[in-house]
Amino acid sequence: MTGRTYGTRPPGMPRETLRGRLIIIEGADGSGRTTEVTLLKEWLEIEGHAVVDTGLRRSDLVSNEIDRAKQGHTLGATTMALLYSADFADQLENKMIPALAAGATVLADRYIYTLMARAIARGASREWARELYAFALRPDLILFLDARPEILLHRAIARYGSLDFWESGMDLCLSRDLFESFFLYQALLSKEFDWMAKQYGFERVDANRTAEQVHAEVQRLVSPLYRTRAKEPGLGGVTATPVSRDRRPAASG
Amino acid sequence: MAESASPSHGFPGRLLVFEGLDGSGKSTQAALLGKWLSSRGYRVFFTEWNSSELVANVIRRGKKKGLLTPTTFSLLHATDFADRFDRQILPPLRAGYLVVCDRYVYTAFVRDAARGCDPNWVRTIYSFAPRPDRAYYFRVPVSVTLKRKLASRLKINYYEAGMDLGLSDEVNESYMKFQSRLKREYDRIAQTDNFTIVDSTRAVEAIQADLRANLQPLLQNFPTGADLMHDG
Repeated sequence: MTGRTYGTRPPGMPRETLRGRLIIIEGADGSGRTTEVTLLKEWLEIEGHAVVDTGLRRSDLVSNEIDRAKQGHTLGATTMALLYSADFADQLENKMIPALAAGATVLADRYIYTLMARAIARGASREWARELYAFALRPDLILFLDARPEILLHRAIARYGSLDFWESGMDLCLSRDLFESFFLYQALLSKEFDWMAKQYGFERVDANRTAEQVHAEVQRLVSPLYRTRAKEPGLGGVTATPVSRDRRPAASG
Repeated sequence: MAESASPSHGFPGRLLVFEGLDGSGKSTQAALLGKWLSSRGYRVFFTEWNSSELVANVIRRGKKKGLLTPTTFSLLHATDFADRFDRQILPPLRAGYLVVCDRYVYTAFVRDAARGCDPNWVRTIYSFAPRPDRAYYFRVPVSVTLKRKLASRLKINYYEAGMDLGLSDEVNESYMKFQSRLKREYDRIAQTDNFTIVDSTRAVEAIQADLRANLQPLLQNFPTGADLMHDG
């Protein structure tokens, strides 16, 4: 199924089915996302799959501008949302799509869902956010690491000794108290993730547990993606026929 | 012409938009109209949409590395416009000014469509920007704009000529082809977006006189600067 977007097809995108798998790990800071990306990448590589990992705000194109905007935080909510979308588009087109076309697994540490939740928490409508990201590829699997705010708080304090300004949504002026703002902001995000979980079909993973327990469940959810070879194009095939969404074995079988 | 008392955007100001190809004469006309309105005592705010430093830097970097695609190009310009809208268009509009925009969202609609982006997608992205009270479209043949461009001896830039689309290796030819695409898009949306079409092959004075006449109904009962600052 990789190769189809949520709506509009960006100009210049390859028409053939992308052979690689696109796996997303979503979750708040402190949900164990980054740890799980490392573990999952390691495991997939041991299994023999080529893995390209990617995350938000790592593109060469606009990361400087995003950093500068955050330092001064002078840009409006719509402007920030659009700047993030440009950065995402750059990574999608210049990094993820080529990797998927080459047959690699792309492991994304957050995807459009975090960007949408942040934009909506700052006043964008769900409709607008959904349309903005209509050019994004539909992933093969979206894992949502779900942890209670209290646990997120303890993990943040344990790691950094304090809460992050942006992860606490201090720019929203929900409260002048950092801790109170953190809980209010996480509740806002949580509401949007609940809506998106249904809309986009998230696999919810209980992330209140240890990294090992989370990883075991993630492995269980990821394994079926590799059980079928349906995504391999036939030998000598120039353009693969789009594979239907149900996981039928390849006709050549 | 029936003029509704309150504009659809609901702000006390009025939004006047000037659109057209490079070299269509829209900037000259916008400047003259702004002068005239100011001389009549109206509060006028003039704003133009050229690439800001932020976008210009990113585009320069992207071009060097060959990273820019129609989608990133479109989103970067939308970012730039959103920033301009927040800072330059919305405040005077809310304060009751006549806001004159040299280029508005339509520039993005035609440019992105010419690069192959889905027009509906582009429109949704810009849906935060209200419909203007007047959108003047300065219509000229592409050959006229190229002549003006060459006469001004300004270098035609890479994206203005649509060189990224590979229409031609030769700058002037690529410019003609790309600008023709833009013109086709302008002509196409002129109906749906309720443009006031201005035949811009005529003399500057004749066009300006038409614009002033066309604006009269909108100015009836519109407060001047003095009205805004104090009563009586």
